[in-house]
This record gives sequence, C-alpha cells and structure tokens, in this order.
Amino acid sequence: MDKNLKRELEMQAIRIRMDVIKGTFNAKSGHPGGSLSVSDIMAYLYFHKMNVDPQNPDWEDRDRFVLSKGHTAPALYGALALRGFFPEEEIERLRKPTSFLQGHPSLRLTPGVDMSTGSLGQGISAAVGMALGARLKNKDYQVYTILGDGEIQEGQVWEAAMFAAAKKLDNLVAVVDNNNLQIDGTLEEVNSPYPIDKKFEAFGWNVINCDGHDFDEIDAAFTFADKKNGKPSVIIAKTVKGKGVSYMEYAVEWHGKAPKQEEYEEAMSELQDRLTELETLAAQE
Amino acid sequence: MADIITKATRMGYAEGLLYLGETDEKVVVLDADLAGATQTAKFKQKHPDRFFDCGIAEQNMIGIASGLSLSGFTVFASSFAMFASGRAYEQIRNSVGYPHLNVKIGATHGGISVGEDGASHQCNEDIALMRTIPGMTIINPADAVEAKAATIAAAKYDGPVYMRFGRLAVPVIFDRDYKFEWGKAQVLTEGSDVAILATGLMVNEALMAAEQLKNDGISARVINVHTIKPLDEECVINAARECGCVVTAEEHNVIGGLGGAVCETLSENCPTPVLRVGVDDEFGRSGPAVELLHLYGLDAAHIVDAAKKAITLK
Repeated sequence: MDKNLKRELEMQAIRIRMDVIKGTFNAKSGHPGGSLSVSDIMAYLYFHKMNVDPQNPDWEDRDRFVLSKGHTAPALYGALALRGFFPEEEIERLRKPTSFLQGHPSLRLTPGVDMSTGSLGQGISAAVGMALGARLKNKDYQVYTILGDGEIQEGQVWEAAMFAAAKKLDNLVAVVDNNNLQIDGTLEEVNSPYPIDKKFEAFGWNVINCDGHDFDEIDAAFTFADKKNGKPSVIIAKTVKGKGVSYMEYAVEWHGKAPKQEEYEEAMSELQDRLTELETLAAQE
Repeated sequence: MADIITKATRMGYAEGLLYLGETDEKVVVLDADLAGATQTAKFKQKHPDRFFDCGIAEQNMIGIASGLSLSGFTVFASSFAMFASGRAYEQIRNSVGYPHLNVKIGATHGGISVGEDGASHQCNEDIALMRTIPGMTIINPADAVEAKAATIAAAKYDGPVYMRFGRLAVPVIFDRDYKFEWGKAQVLTEGSDVAILATGLMVNEALMAAEQLKNDGISARVINVHTIKPLDEECVINAARECGCVVTAEEHNVIGGLGGAVCETLSENCPTPVLRVGVDDEFGRSGPAVELLHLYGLDAAHIVDAAKKAITLK
C-alpha cells in the first residue's frame, strides 16, 4: 500500500477512535472495546475501499455496509461523520434522546446506515440478502459486513454462511473482528468458535487471515476478497480489543463500559499524541 | 342449496403470488423448505429466477428478505405460521419491523386446523406475537378469494405485513369480483342484538351462527375483521354501540389475538360486554382438522352459545 495512503488511513483510524471515546464518554455508556478493535477496518472501508457518496447516502450503486456487530456503532458513527455523512458534533450526543445516533445502528434515523442491527447474528443475513439483491438487479456493487467473533456463536450466522455459499454470492465480504473477547470472558472461556477459518472454509467460503491493525495486511486481504470465484469471502482479522487506548487493550471489562472523566482525558491524550506524531511525519514529507 | 366450494386460503395466497409474478417484476418469493405446502412452489415454477429456497433456516430467511427489500424488491417470505412468527419472531421484530421494511410474511398453516401434525405445528399465538410489533399490519383472510386479493393488496402497500393463511380447505364465501379494502372491517350481515366479529375461517362459522340465531329471533351483525392490525376501530366501536354486546371468533388463542384487540379498543372507547370464542389458552393435539375445530370450540355452535350469553350481559 502507498505510504501516504497508509498514513492517511492510520490518522483517520485514530480520529475514529477519538470519536469512539468522545461518544461513549458523553453517553456514559456504550461499547468502546470492540469499537476500538474495528476502527482500522472501518477507516479502510470508508476512506479507501467502499464506493459511497456522503451527499447521496441512498445512491443505488453504492457499496453496502452492514455492521452485524451493531454494538460497535460508535466506530461506524465516527467513520460516517468523518467521511461527511453528518456533522461530527453529533458524536457528542450519541445515545441521547434527541440524537439520531442510537445505541445500535438504526437505518431510519442515521444517514449512511444501510441496515438496523444490534441483535447479534442478524446483520449478516441482511447483508446476504443485499448481495442476492445486487445480483438480481445485475449491479456490481459489493456488500461488506463485520461480525464479532463472539457473535458467530449465533446459529443464524451459519445459516447465512451456508446460504451465501450455496448461492455463490461472491459479491459479499464478511469480516470477523477476532479480538478474542466477549462479555463473559475469552472466547475459549465462554464457548469457543475456533477454528473460525476452518469452519468458514467448510461452509464454502474463501478465507483470508490478516492482522486487523496493519493496513498493508488489511489491504491485501480485501484485495484478495475482490476476486470473483463464485464464493463469498471472509476476512478473519486478528485484532486487539480496546486497541489504541493502552488501559483498554486486552481488557474484557471495556466491552461495554464508558470511560470516566480521568479515563477519558487519558485516552484522548494518548490518541492525540499518536495523531500528532503521524501529522508531524506527514508534514515532514 | 348451492354446492359449497371449499378451498384453502393458502391456495389463494399462491394465486395472488402468481398474479403478482406476472404483473410486478419487483416481487420476489422466499420459502424455507415448505414450498410444496405453503404453495409458493407454484410461483417458483413460473418464476424460478425470482424464487429462493432458503432451506430450513427461517431466521436467515427473514434477514435475506430484509436485504432484498433494501435492494428495492417486494419480498414475500413464507413458512408455516409457527416457524415464521415463532422461530423468527425476533428477526421479524428487529430486522423487518424496526427498520419498517417492505417485507410480507406469508404464513400458512396457521391455527389448530393444521390437524394431524399436532400442537408443535398448530400456531395459535402468531397474531398475538405480531400485534406487539410497532408498524406491523396483520391480515387474516376468511377464504381463498380474500386471500388472493389481500396478497395483491399487500404488494401495493409499502411496509411490513404478516399474512396468515390456513391449510384446511374452507368454504369460499366471496365472489370473484370481491374487492379487498385495506384496513377496513367488513359488515357481512346487518344486525342489532349482538355483533359477531370474526376472522379467518371463523367468518364462515359466524355466518352460519347468525343464521341459527335468526331462527331463534336474534339479529346478529357479522363482521369480517380481515385486518386485525391496524384494527378498524370505527367499525368495532359502532358495532358495540349499536348492538350492545360483542362476540369475537378466531382460530387463535383468546389471549392477544382479535379478541384481545377488540377488548382493548372497547374498554377504552365504549365499554361493552365481549365474549371471546377461540382456543382457550391451551395447546392443541393431533386429529382431523374439522374434528379439532369442534373439539376446541371453534365452530358456529359455540358462537351461538356465546352470542346468547353475551346478550344476557347487556
């Protein structure tokens, strides 16, 4: 990947993370851990990969995105705001009764949200339906969906996986955000879905493993998923829950808890330092 | 007496789908390995490119329907009422109802008249489940003619609809030129002593009950409530006000269905004695459909008894 593009994406990912912290802090609730683990992939999708138009969010030929792990909406909202779908100030009103930013994504309320999600396992089915719809209409847009690694414990995910492969939906790319933590503990402690790659492979999908925080690897994975071989593709992205905020990394308690004032300041200053560092590097060139 | 023609409402559903297949290229039909029973196989045969069998996976089917509707299609997703409304309840609630998508649930084999398959397949709770979803329209046609008309009307309406059809062949009561009026309850016989509000296969039973009541000198107003949600409150309130007592009749649990809806409306707007004929909060059992209907009190005789009792409560 081009060095400048990579740096640009890294900076956008940090800005998304800052929005995650800002949003959950102001809401006094929400899910920062998994939002931070998908921030790099969200930045890649909204600032490089997906063909979308913030001025025309319902544009028929746009690529579609379904956040099947809907609780990490703060990362989606950050990406949408930064991409220009709505003003970034709205992030501070996340989860407030007057805001159009719900705790989980709502199709009817938020510009740029392609499907209401939040109840785990359901988003992928809608994404599969969209991929089928694209084919029926002879459209060549792609459909992307992100699942949590705990989410794939839902049986519906495998119903959808079976159907997508059976119908040869190669315009569908799923990402499993493999941060290895769910509310009650590690995946192994709760109910291990491993080996995830072999399961999807057995279901007839192209399977790509990547580091979900390395843009070169993310880019390679999505580029590989572009190939049309009659199979849907899944990218199993190895990630760190809480990525980018040191005290949240690998810490299960940050799944669904908002930072308090001091924690907020610490997180924001850490992220700002990293952003300034990247901006300085960019300015030097 | 003219011969009575009988036909299951699921047959009317299939006829409606076939009509839509010819006239509306946006219509797509899904099934969950029951196409032969739900009758969607007829659509499949004519329009294989717009029919998808999702296999035995109703939850995923509802999500597929959502995704297709978001791609601009009018989607009919079919299974038995038990699995459509029960198994996939939360998918319908969160992936269809909440985003208010243009998905029609074509649920066949509703109620106890499923017959021999028994309680596991006799869904007497679907209307109650669907009623609690904001923005959901619920249609329960009385015969195959109405079923066809309702199916065609549902495609023209932009939003989620739950349609309940039956397995059992039931008398055809409407003419071919019957016009389905969206959301309007339909007065079939005028009357002033008691109002019988019926839905589904109980509409014909209500008509027979009215005949028997007439012989006893009782004037019964029979109303076909094909659309249970939104309920035609004006018609229901007028009937209660003018007749002074009400009997509801449905092939459904007396809790949460038409009887529940009517009681809720009347208690707030026009308190009136209401007796509910329906499945008395119990599970069904195996047996021939018609026998079961009598066994569970879903027939004209029980409506007559309820009507006479209701009149004493005025």
